[in-house]
Amino acid sequence: MLKRTALYPAHREMGARMVEFGGWEMPVQYRGVIEEHLAVRHAAGLFDVSHMGEIEVKGPQAEAFLQELCVNDVSRLSNGQAQYTAMCYPTGGVVDDLLIYRFDGEHFLLCVNAANTDKDFAWIEQVLEDSDFSAVKCRNVSADFAQLALQGPAAVTILARLTDTALERIASYHFYEGLVAQVPCILSRTGYTGEDGFELYCHPEAALTLWRALLEVGGDEGLLPAGLGARDTLRLEMKYPLYGHELSPEITPLEAGLGWITRLDKPSFIGREALLRQQEAGIPRRLVGLLLTEAGVPRAGYPVFHGGEPVGVVTSGTLSPSLRQGIAIALVRDGLQRPGTLLDIGIRQRRVTAEVVKTPFLRK
Amino acid sequence: MEFPEELKYTEEHEWVLVEDDLVTVGITDFAQDSLGDVVFVELPEVGVKVEAGKPFGVVESVKAVSDIYAPVSGEVVEVNEELPETPEVLNTSPYEDGWMIKIRISDPGELDELLDADAYREFIEEE
Repeated sequence: MLKRTALYPAHREMGARMVEFGGWEMPVQYRGVIEEHLAVRHAAGLFDVSHMGEIEVKGPQAEAFLQELCVNDVSRLSNGQAQYTAMCYPTGGVVDDLLIYRFDGEHFLLCVNAANTDKDFAWIEQVLEDSDFSAVKCRNVSADFAQLALQGPAAVTILARLTDTALERIASYHFYEGLVAQVPCILSRTGYTGEDGFELYCHPEAALTLWRALLEVGGDEGLLPAGLGARDTLRLEMKYPLYGHELSPEITPLEAGLGWITRLDKPSFIGREALLRQQEAGIPRRLVGLLLTEAGVPRAGYPVFHGGEPVGVVTSGTLSPSLRQGIAIALVRDGLQRPGTLLDIGIRQRRVTAEVVKTPFLRK
Repeated sequence: MEFPEELKYTEEHEWVLVEDDLVTVGITDFAQDSLGDVVFVELPEVGVKVEAGKPFGVVESVKAVSDIYAPVSGEVVEVNEELPETPEVLNTSPYEDGWMIKIRISDPGELDELLDADAYREFIEEE
């Protein structure tokens, strides 16, 4: 039985096409992926992302515990700040990528991928059990939160109509607890689209009120409800990784281009030794951005060739609605990541030429 | 959703316009709606022989790849050359500008296998 978010009735009402995603029945599109995608790029889109998981970490050693659990440097966070990070296995493979919110030094909230919530929580519990951080308390609080993502250049204007919170004082990757449409929310200036915007966490019982209020005040700014289809094409244009595609237990953050969040200079974290070894031995595979030089739509799983020889695989691909060209993220052999390198993607019986390009694909 | 009475249909969601031994083929309103935004179309060359029930082309939306099956056997005598340049026409005009190929049929008996509009409507309601 698939889980449903608190906004399920609203999705049905608006005629959304529903699909299974990570154990949830989610809207993939309302009116069309391309229209919703372009609304987010040029105006604003509203996404139901309530399927995401939330895990609370509390206690006097919470920060030290997260420092061991995650690859990024948690000690750099101030109260009210968020950080993109990942958890690794001792092998260096990725458990999940996530956001950490710091309320204070003894209170953090982790936002994790929907399909991984149970696995992540079990992993965190196990790490806790095997460690000396006995004062740390973790709870899977996913059922206490719905999450709406309001994204796009008009997002701030729209949100300002429903809140007294001084939005201009919430910098990127910061958050604030306030009221939106009289609903208590965490207002987080984060997102997965490459646009300015907010992710709003609220109690599931208030989610419908918040959803309807936002769509009502945002209509004249061009706000559209947007589904997972547009969420995927938007993140792909930014080359943001998606767990299960660009990240997995078989792919390290160094291979996935997440060296910038992997603080090997921290004295200790799970996976550090393996990642250091990989760094020293040479990173064997690289995630590259590929732009097709001819017509075609690359998809996850398509093989990648260089001079006729197989060198990797497409991890995600689509037709970029902004560029109107095929774009792909591919995991390829080290040495082929230089922009300008020409590779071939096997699309059914054809070999289609694609160029390694600098990412994000879309530059503003 | 529209299913013109003058057309025949297949369970793979193609439509067929029969004019003597020449049939025009495209995808139905239901098919284009299910696919979503069509972004890529691959069609055969003129002269290719197609076989009933076998794929002759591909339609891709943002989210999915779909084979297009020949409703009848025969030879491709005309191809909508504009379609690969303007694949979105499949969404906006599936029965007119979105036509895909014309086939000269080799076995008129295969036409009896096709559904009429009512039968097709019933079929998709059950699906």
